[in-house]
Amino acid sequence: MKVVIVDTECANLTSVRFAVERLGYSVLITDDADQIKAADRVILPGVGTAAAAMRNLQRKQLVEPLRQLTQPVLGICLGMQLLTSHSEEGDVDCLNLIPAKTKRLRDTGLPLPHMGWNTLQPTAENPLINDTGNYCYFVHSFAVAVDEYTISSSEYGERFASMIRHNNYFGAQFHPERSGKFGEALLKRFLELELC
Amino acid sequence: MLAKRVIPCLDVRDGQVVKGVKFRNHEIIGDIEPLAKRYAESGADELVFYDITASADGRTVDKSWVERVAREINIPFTVAGGIRSVEHAQTMLSMGADKISINSPALLNPDLINTLVEEFGQQCIVIGIDSFYNEQSDQYEVHQFTGDESKSRKSAWQTKDWLQEVIARGAGEIVLNCMNQDGVRKGYDIAQLSALREYCSVPLIASGGAGEIQHFIDAFQQAKVDGALAASVFHKNIFSIADVKTAMAANNVVVRAIEAPQETL
Repeated sequence: MKVVIVDTECANLTSVRFAVERLGYSVLITDDADQIKAADRVILPGVGTAAAAMRNLQRKQLVEPLRQLTQPVLGICLGMQLLTSHSEEGDVDCLNLIPAKTKRLRDTGLPLPHMGWNTLQPTAENPLINDTGNYCYFVHSFAVAVDEYTISSSEYGERFASMIRHNNYFGAQFHPERSGKFGEALLKRFLELELC
Repeated sequence: MLAKRVIPCLDVRDGQVVKGVKFRNHEIIGDIEPLAKRYAESGADELVFYDITASADGRTVDKSWVERVAREINIPFTVAGGIRSVEHAQTMLSMGADKISINSPALLNPDLINTLVEEFGQQCIVIGIDSFYNEQSDQYEVHQFTGDESKSRKSAWQTKDWLQEVIARGAGEIVLNCMNQDGVRKGYDIAQLSALREYCSVPLIASGGAGEIQHFIDAFQQAKVDGALAASVFHKNIFSIADVKTAMAANNVVVRAIEAPQETL
């Protein structure tokens, strides 16, 4: 099993790598398009801003290679938002792999960013989670609106997509690498996933 | 629903976890990684590590333990103490810290907050504020260099003003340490936390004073904080995180249940 983490030059690469390694897999962190294409699993992590992350992917000429992947891909946090068509954060076009839009979380009087542990409610068949009502660790100010690509939603003042999927592309707004045993189980399911 | 966070705080000095009373007279509690792992497994929602010597000494200390902690635990953690440059912050984050917390260096150079937020994003920049209630002036005053008794001193800021300043500069979270309460286990400073909550549009974490389980409930229910930090009560096993979480649930405070040990992966 060849697991690749796309080197987006974002800060949480290390914790994602450690989480996968704790599950007994070895990991390659790379920005080499051929290595990414050849991987069995691709993880697209990200913290920071959408505009900066897209700039990095363009500079590394990774936009097209990422768009052509057929193996299971998991975008985490900003990495999930990059899978959508557009982000309000810096008004930037993203990878457009999942035709959803990323918008700023509405100010409903709750503290922002949305930071801490929140629950998921499945909205469609979701092969990455097997039990519901579990808490995941979130930290974000932008979110993807609930639509037909949403496979779980969460609530913070408003309802937003906490997991999305289109074909082989999956996104998680929370950080499975920092979401305790539930997050570990999710990553394990992603790594063992059989796509038909 | 977003759960309220219970956050053990580990003061680190020379690679070991220590705890003092009112920032003084530190005693050694134990090694970092086993303690971090034990807390993560027993229901901590997050951990905070304060390198209490770094800021006051004006030196950069060995932080290789950050990577060892990141390798071991599956919950988020924050590193605080002596981080005063983009390079230093980058090192902490690339070793696996989820957030970095800035205190004295932000007071010396408030622009550092903006720089860090631009570079790494708001979500990983926490501002720690050491606030002292001055009975004579009836004001909350921000103190700096509190890790070292000989250097600890009052800053020019009143807490409410500094809080608003750091939020305007992009801070993603505030840890408000109420110095009068620290280490004496008489309860969080509910009056101060409640007063400042009104000015705090980002997550607010209470620190200083936890001595009884009810203190956590009070902070969540009365001061509406997002998380509560505690050190000595957990280090000394006065009660457990599970005890706190059971009481929170019984008092209708939203809480993340402690996960059962996982079957072998």
